[in-house]
Amino acid sequence: MKREDPPVILDSKHLGLLLESLKKSGYLTVGPTVRDGAIVIDEIDKVTQLPVGLTDTQEGGTYRLQSRKDAAFFAYNVGPHSWKKFLFPPEQRLWTLKKNGTKFQFVDIADNTTRYAFIGVRACELQAMSIQDRVFQNGHFQDSHYMNVRKNIFVVAVNCTQAGGTCFCTSMGTGPEADTGYDLALTEVITGSLHYFVVRSQSRNGAKVLEALPHKPATAAQLKTANEMIAQAEHEMGRSLKTHNLKTLLYENYEHPHWEAVASRCLTCANCTMVCPTCFCSTVEDVTDLTGENAERWRKWDSCFSQEFSYVHGGSVRVSAKSRYRQWLTHKLGTWVEQFGTSGCVGCGRCITWCPVGIDITEEVRRVTNGK
Amino acid sequence: MNHADNPLLPREFRVSKIARETHDSFTMELDPAKGAKALHFASGQFNMLYAFGVGEAPISISGNPGNPRTLTHTIRVVGPVTKALHGLGIGDWVGVRGPFGTNWPVRESMGKDIVIVTGGIGLAPLRPAMYEIMENRGKFGNVVLLYGARTPNDILYEREVKKWRSQFDLHVNVTVDRAAGKWKGNVGVVTTLIPNVHFDPYQATALICGPEVMIRYTVIELRKRGVASENIFVSMERNMKCGIGHCGHCQLGPHFVCKDGPVFRYNQVKRLLDIREV
Ligand SMILES: Cc1cc2nc3c(=O)[nH]c(=O)nc-3n(C[C@H](O)[C@H](O)[C@H](O)COP(=O)(O)OP(=O)(O)OC[C@H]3O[C@@H](n4cnc5c(N)ncnc54)[C@H](O)[C@@H]3O)c2cc1C
Ligand code: SF4
Ligand code: SF4
Ligand code: FES
Repeated sequence: MKREDPPVILDSKHLGLLLESLKKSGYLTVGPTVRDGAIVIDEIDKVTQLPVGLTDTQEGGTYRLQSRKDAAFFAYNVGPHSWKKFLFPPEQRLWTLKKNGTKFQFVDIADNTTRYAFIGVRACELQAMSIQDRVFQNGHFQDSHYMNVRKNIFVVAVNCTQAGGTCFCTSMGTGPEADTGYDLALTEVITGSLHYFVVRSQSRNGAKVLEALPHKPATAAQLKTANEMIAQAEHEMGRSLKTHNLKTLLYENYEHPHWEAVASRCLTCANCTMVCPTCFCSTVEDVTDLTGENAERWRKWDSCFSQEFSYVHGGSVRVSAKSRYRQWLTHKLGTWVEQFGTSGCVGCGRCITWCPVGIDITEEVRRVTNGK
Repeated sequence: MNHADNPLLPREFRVSKIARETHDSFTMELDPAKGAKALHFASGQFNMLYAFGVGEAPISISGNPGNPRTLTHTIRVVGPVTKALHGLGIGDWVGVRGPFGTNWPVRESMGKDIVIVTGGIGLAPLRPAMYEIMENRGKFGNVVLLYGARTPNDILYEREVKKWRSQFDLHVNVTVDRAAGKWKGNVGVVTTLIPNVHFDPYQATALICGPEVMIRYTVIELRKRGVASENIFVSMERNMKCGIGHCGHCQLGPHFVCKDGPVFRYNQVKRLLDIREV
């Protein structure tokens, strides 16, 4: 249930207490940390594992970490990972089946009971989660694997106070401020020697965790500073996208020559679909063990960029790279709306940053719709 | 979540009957495990059939919806899963998820003429509609079945088709692409039968299942006769992994063929059929 308590101030030196408190309550704390030159999401035990004093520069096909002059915990934008890797893992066993005489028995339905605390979820990512909710739990059929994990998460959101070079959440109406779908939301403020978080709680769980931490009421001045910093991010968006009438424009432009032009650059490597926090396509693999008595089914992330994806006996439906890029983009921004009542893009910019050749969804849309 | 509610878990069915149809296809009847409930289905729906350890394939239900205790499937052997299903014997185990998808608008078409146009294995998902129509024969006007097969040896349900052809209350026309020897029937693609068959185009529902090119030409011929496109229904085929709208594989524009289809009103897919590689 959504509730909103008056915002409070948590001193930055107490951030560690938040992690400890969540761990004590039985949560596995996962959050941003540096690995191989990028900020990824992984298990974290202490605040020192956060990317302290680091920021990132992002552009089409470019991602670089840089140091900052301060000791900010969350002064960067989203990296190559997203939270979907916990809710909808890249590889997941759906079930195990055992031959028992002539009977067959499901022995393991792989119910993951891990309770995750997500630390540092951005506004666009909250929206991405709500979009995947529509796919996996709000439709006619529910995915119990997804729901088992989803129902137990504790979400610590972080409002963006700076935007990246490939960000366009304001265009998509998803950020930079978290408005719903979190337990706690932090805005990190650093001014002079002061370093604190403005914290809002939006759930009973959030309020309970917050209560046990040293905090004091936020002053009007502190709130104003935090809001100004968020507004700053809004003005820094590196990209923008016109969404007005976009679905119709895309439907009208299935045959636009620009699809061919993108296809000549696209490597169909599927990077964009792997980093995208809303892409939900998957395939299954059925395996047996050496005895032939036990079988399993695994679900793995798949991508509409592969030719096999659309294979039917006699050949694939989408043979050309052009048709596959068109499928991806038109799905994200057009058909998704019909399917789930929302755009499939939250404007996080990952697909732009992580495309090896810098293909840019915002730019390709402009071309395909002739700038309309 | 228990087994029955989890759409990702196959249920246990036993092969109770196997019949050879043609050189590359067969019909298999499946019964639920002892004590398990029957799966009620409507004509045009499909199941995901699982062969132990090999994988799953979407296969239409080709039996009588009035007798849901037995699930009948007609399968053309083309690859690993269908081959594994073909290798099963009576009493063997098959995993079943389903039934999934939309159905032929048979009930909604009572009082009207019915025109069924299909080719090859496409007769399988239409046979349940034929059963439904025959059981309520008095409630429909003219009933036409136009069926095309590659050769006389590729005709499915040969005895049943013969029986239908002999019935005075059905117009059944079969054609083959090429024929040798004894074949005395039509030769040519199924769409050539449409201009001369008797039905009221303004009071008819058309049901089509076959390859996309065949669908396209069939629609052209039906439209020439005056059948309105909102009265034409087609069954579409796409790669499928989940059957429940979660894996993304079966997308056709905004539609998930597994749950918004496979049966569509032609209007819904008309535009998409005209674009290549959607
Ligand atoms: C709604 C629907 C109903 C169908 N009904 C029947 C039927 O009644 N009888 C019948 O014989 N066949 C039917 N098919 C086609 C059947 O599903 C494929 O022939 C089968 O999946 C082939 O699997 P395979 O492993 O034997 O062969 P392969 O061709 O090697 O298949 C490999 C993979 O490709 C995919 N695939 C291949 N062909 C198709 C296809 N035509 N449609 C969808 N996915 C495909 C599957 O995911 C399969 O796992 C139907 C397909 C759909 C979508
Ligand atoms: S399409 Fe690109 S910008 Fe949009 S949500 Fe996916 S990765 Fe982010
Ligand atoms: S758009 Fe870029 S990231 Fe996506 S498949 Fe093409 S080359 Fe790879
Ligand atoms: S088969 Fe998975 S979405 Fe339709």
